[in-house]
Amino acid sequence: MKALARLDLTDAATFPSRRVEEWKYSDLKRFLREAPEPSGTAVVGAPGPFYDLGGDAVVFANGRPVGVKDYIASGDQTLRLRFISDAVGTGHTAAARIVARPGARLLLLETHEGKGSAYVAHNKVEIDVAADAEVIRIVLTDEPADAISVAEAEVRLEAGGRYRQTIVATGAKLQRHETRLRHGAEGADARVDGLYLLNGARHSDQTSVIDHVSPNGTTSQLIKGVVRDEARGVFQGKILVQKGADETDARMGHHGLIASDRGEIDVKPELIIYADEVQCAHGATVGTLDESALFYMQQRGVSADEARALLTHAFLIEVVDRIEHEGAREVVREWLTARL
Amino acid sequence: MLKINNLHVSVADKPILKGLTLDVPAGEVHAVMGPNGAGKSTLGYSLSGRPGYEVTDGSASWNGADLLDIEPAERAAAGLFLSFQYPIEIPGVPAMTFIRTALNAQKRARGEEEVSAPAFLKQVKAASQSLKMDFDMLKRPLNVGFSGGEKKRMEILQMALLEPSLLILDETDSGLDIDALRIVADGVNAMRSPERSMLVITHYQRLLDYIKPDRVHVLAGGRIVASGGPELAHELEAEGYDKFLPEAA
Repeated sequence: MKALARLDLTDAATFPSRRVEEWKYSDLKRFLREAPEPSGTAVVGAPGPFYDLGGDAVVFANGRPVGVKDYIASGDQTLRLRFISDAVGTGHTAAARIVARPGARLLLLETHEGKGSAYVAHNKVEIDVAADAEVIRIVLTDEPADAISVAEAEVRLEAGGRYRQTIVATGAKLQRHETRLRHGAEGADARVDGLYLLNGARHSDQTSVIDHVSPNGTTSQLIKGVVRDEARGVFQGKILVQKGADETDARMGHHGLIASDRGEIDVKPELIIYADEVQCAHGATVGTLDESALFYMQQRGVSADEARALLTHAFLIEVVDRIEHEGAREVVREWLTARL
Repeated sequence: MLKINNLHVSVADKPILKGLTLDVPAGEVHAVMGPNGAGKSTLGYSLSGRPGYEVTDGSASWNGADLLDIEPAERAAAGLFLSFQYPIEIPGVPAMTFIRTALNAQKRARGEEEVSAPAFLKQVKAASQSLKMDFDMLKRPLNVGFSGGEKKRMEILQMALLEPSLLILDETDSGLDIDALRIVADGVNAMRSPERSMLVITHYQRLLDYIKPDRVHVLAGGRIVASGGPELAHELEAEGYDKFLPEAA
């Protein structure tokens, strides 16, 4: 993968503008010209949306770890990884490291919880999935409309490792979730899903780079999103199949709905294949809510707003249905329904 | 009583209905017959408020309340039901969920109490049985992958559950074989009551053998050009619409 100057909130020279190809649709420099003042301390308030699922917690408040910042899972475990921002106009960076040891099964429930306004959050997480381990990672975001939030995940899969990711994004002034995933050994299996539901002038960018360097790896990706008002959704998905990564099976799909005159969705799918005997496919569609369906529903007595919400829900729920953990799936379903 | 007076409707600035006047008293079934392009579907769509069907003049009221001034969902809550010629597929929304959502939305709009899930389930089971529908179909997304006949039955099922007071059937017989037609017609006939009015829009007389109208109207060139008893339908079947077509056209 190409070296891009690592984003560092203390150094404005590292803030990418749209002239950097990978940031073409998410011009960080435009919103952030100078390094923000560092954020002060924050108090961890409410228990977070996944509290009822129990497990351990790794918490960052304005970038500062509250307790441990690294986590090693063995056996069956649940971890709530909470990135909490409560700041006004300042910036902070957090870095967590998660390891699932061989054979471990980890349910990783990650939340980006924001209060205050106009803050800049930069949250990084490294995830190592050891041989035959499984990580199910669910990411929920709930941030102010004027915040800037960049999250980066570096995921490494070992032989037979299983990884399931679902990002549920509601956007911010600029919000980006970048996932870099490497199939480092044979027979790893990844699912890299996401959805976005954006209103107002919110922006959400889901960018992923999946690197198959070993044979027999599987990647499946389904991203769906709905933009309303003047919101903007971005999906950039790159799948690389390196020489020798034979028998790779990689599938990528993005489907978006623009539910307003001024909404925008930008999609850039890329498959780059150097190996033989691979199965790769991608599909991308962007459409609008079906007007005749909306009228039909209204004719039966459903209000226009409720009809739109039903169609939006029906469109997005496919991504939620793919979440393999029932408890987490139900939390996400309710969380999403409450935001239609 | 449905009162339509001098209704003018344009679609994409093209006048389709040009002064249509029609009354359907409570408890009566009226058929509107006409050649292709006469404006039959436009009548159903404009009464139910489909976007793009612009009323440029005239009025329409149901039991004294102006229909044209309110939103499509409000018209439904006021009792209007349009059975679509081509029912729409709604992916991702199970039929049963949809009907219950619609029923409760109407009840809320009328200030009535919503129906509970168990009570609704009971109603759906009974209604689907009398229409000889497979109950499992109701768990599938509404109309998705349904045959033409299944979609029409689903329309009648919704009609039975929503209990509208003003029924507009747009070419309900199209795409139905004779057995399905009988089942659908039985469903419609079961809805007949002294409070309900029905407008049966059809190109062919065949449907009227099963749903017997009190009055028959001929719609041609955007207006009602003739009205009569049920015998008018047979006359049209025998002689065609030619004599009603505008001579200038």
